[in-house]
Amino acid sequence: MGLMADIRRRRAGVHPPSRKELAAEKPLRPMSPPERVVIPLQQHIGAPNRPVVKVGQEVFVGTLLGESDSFVSAPVHSSVSGKVARIDVHLTPQGTDALCVFLDNDGRSEKDPSAAPPGDWREMGADEIREAVRRSGTVGLGGAAFPTHVKLSPPSGYPIDTVILNGAECEPFLNSDYRLMVEEPRAVLEGLRIIMKAVGASRGVVAVEDNKPLALEALGGLIDGEELKLRKLPTRYPQGAEKVLIKTVLGKEVPSGGLPMHVGVVVSNVGTAHAVSRYFETGVPLVERVVTVTGTPVREPANLLVPLGASFAAAIEECGGFAAPPGKVLMGGPMMGLAQYDLEVPVVKATSGIVALTPEEADYEIPSEPVCIRCGRCVDSCPMGLVPTSLASFSHFGRLAELERLYIDDCIECGCCAYICPTRNPLVQLIKLGKRERAAAKRREKAARRSTTGEEGGGGA
Amino acid sequence: MEHKLIVSTSPHIRSAEDTRSIMCKVIAALIPVTAYAVAVFGLSAVWVLAASIAGAMLGELAVQKGRGLPVSLRDCSALLTGLLLALTLPAHLPWWIALVGGLTATVLAKQLFGGLGHNIFNPALVGRAVIVVSWASYFTAGYAVNLSAGVSGRPVVDLGLANTAAHNLVQRAVDAVNGATPLAAMKVVYDPAGALAVPQGLKASDYYRPLLFANPWGCMGEVSALLLILGGVYLIASRVIDWRTPVIYVGTVAALTAAAGRDPLFYALAGGLLLGAFFMATDYVTSPLTRRGKAVFGVGLGLTTFLLRFWSNNPESVMFSILFMNALVPLIDRYMVPRPYGRERKGKAEGAAG
Repeated sequence: MGLMADIRRRRAGVHPPSRKELAAEKPLRPMSPPERVVIPLQQHIGAPNRPVVKVGQEVFVGTLLGESDSFVSAPVHSSVSGKVARIDVHLTPQGTDALCVFLDNDGRSEKDPSAAPPGDWREMGADEIREAVRRSGTVGLGGAAFPTHVKLSPPSGYPIDTVILNGAECEPFLNSDYRLMVEEPRAVLEGLRIIMKAVGASRGVVAVEDNKPLALEALGGLIDGEELKLRKLPTRYPQGAEKVLIKTVLGKEVPSGGLPMHVGVVVSNVGTAHAVSRYFETGVPLVERVVTVTGTPVREPANLLVPLGASFAAAIEECGGFAAPPGKVLMGGPMMGLAQYDLEVPVVKATSGIVALTPEEADYEIPSEPVCIRCGRCVDSCPMGLVPTSLASFSHFGRLAELERLYIDDCIECGCCAYICPTRNPLVQLIKLGKRERAAAKRREKAARRSTTGEEGGGGA
Repeated sequence: MEHKLIVSTSPHIRSAEDTRSIMCKVIAALIPVTAYAVAVFGLSAVWVLAASIAGAMLGELAVQKGRGLPVSLRDCSALLTGLLLALTLPAHLPWWIALVGGLTATVLAKQLFGGLGHNIFNPALVGRAVIVVSWASYFTAGYAVNLSAGVSGRPVVDLGLANTAAHNLVQRAVDAVNGATPLAAMKVVYDPAGALAVPQGLKASDYYRPLLFANPWGCMGEVSALLLILGGVYLIASRVIDWRTPVIYVGTVAALTAAAGRDPLFYALAGGLLLGAFFMATDYVTSPLTRRGKAVFGVGLGLTTFLLRFWSNNPESVMFSILFMNALVPLIDRYMVPRPYGRERKGKAEGAAG
């Protein structure tokens, strides 16, 4: 990248304090298995799963618990060996109750006898690889939880030439991808190769932010520079947002409303690639994940290998509990994470981190009357080139037509605008509200049209 | 677990920068020039500064108290308005006029429009415009001070300006045109049709050093172009302001002046241009939101200032340029939007999306 290109490139994004140092150099450590795990049947974006186990049934590590016939779905598996205690609703980190399988752990961690590696991926066709990935229950582990096999199935009109391995991990506090890159670089790169084979890509780019020198070193030593390339990214949130990453790495922009495949790209998170390669190696589906448990109130921040379904409380207890009362506990990082109100929620596939903030850090005070001093920081920071302050104020006043004119649906909700706003305006929050109100208005309009035509029909009869 | 947890949507952290810290940085950028103005003009400068700042803060306080709103003096924006206004005033102005200016700035131009963030026109400049129109004589004369003696007989900081050939010419010009500002003097030089006579051989370049280092013939903020530039560079470097508006504004004025056959450096340094470009035209509330808008704003300001300076009788060209362009900001904002990611400039999605 030439100097001029660097100068011309819009310097969007923000630089929140990284706070990664709290746990960055803590090696991966398996969490002691809890006595009880609660596994939500749906841990992905898409169609819900139905339970395939019965209360009282014996299960093993990797036993299928729920699946769906729908293509856009991912099966869930048992993370412990033991018995199905209950199938009931339980609070999930998304903030809603969902159907979960409650398992009593027998502590033996016995592997399901049917779990066997799917075979050598080098010998397999793209369809076979995708089917294996589907069976593994892998979803996007960066937090989006989109079923991976769906991502690996672009329609025939969209040839994929590049797979970008997303090792940006730009959210403050989080280290899950970092630890995998440092400790298991081989497995991560193997996963990238498997994904490349599944989508028929000839090129793989490993993209890592420059604040992770050890990861760059570990991966760089294993990369030939021909089929796979290492790309050092400037550290800037939201560097790891799919669309931002594609622009940084390839200089291409995904068309508005489109997907990476429309520019011949598939982006995969480091954790996802690792999970895929682990499945091909061991045959055990996705039943645990790396979770960075961290934050000032946590006594001993750590990067834990957590069995899915373990509670947030148990994971925090594993790290010595709270040394100071937390003000907020998040699933994910502080820029896009979800605030939790009950720590009995289970760790799910989308749980990249459990981050606790002190009441002071949480800065929950939002002005009652939003004031914009028109400093333009939100505009300059918006990676999507939008005008957040206008979007937020039109949302506030319910001016839906203006929201459309200003491309509200292009917003990726990264939160840069609200982070940077000197008057603490809840910008992204208002934009999210505007998006939903606009969608609701469209639905109402449609329903009104339907009922009008229906009434006319009735009058005529 | 019995912890009471706060629940809200993301993001959960905020940048440390707030309105107050930004305003304080702008004030800090103005402190050198303010202190130097006090050193050059003496106690009268202190009175004007104090009255202007007090007027601005009192105006804000009175309206907010009267309307039962939370008082926002803590954000330092009223203090900054008062300071900016004072720097656009001559030190010999009676203090009560400065007070009226300060009150006008925050009451009329800011609070009556709805307070911080809602005003269309730069409050400090509205305050100044009202004073200029009401007590014009203080602004057109009275700068008859001796460069080597300074105001009230106190010597100006010695920069080796005294008794050079250029200095003597400038001093004679000041005496000849009743304490005219450099711009007024050069208007006579370039346009001899004017009634006043200035010494033969007076050149624009004779003013470079006084304008940069010690210029007592003008408003307090014009006392040193160098200190204004340093303040502006600090604000750009600390990302408080964007470089586009000030650089393009001054650049446009210089380019048009050069094209008109006059000395571009003199016209860049003289008058209220630098103070206006770095500190008034960059006022967040009354300038465009986007970088493209800021560039357009700078060009418009430069053009307006050039036209006013050369084709009007009014020496207050920077003030009226900024107030005029303030009125065009909503229009600029409407059209100068950034190109959204994944879309062409005119707003169509790039290529076909599925």
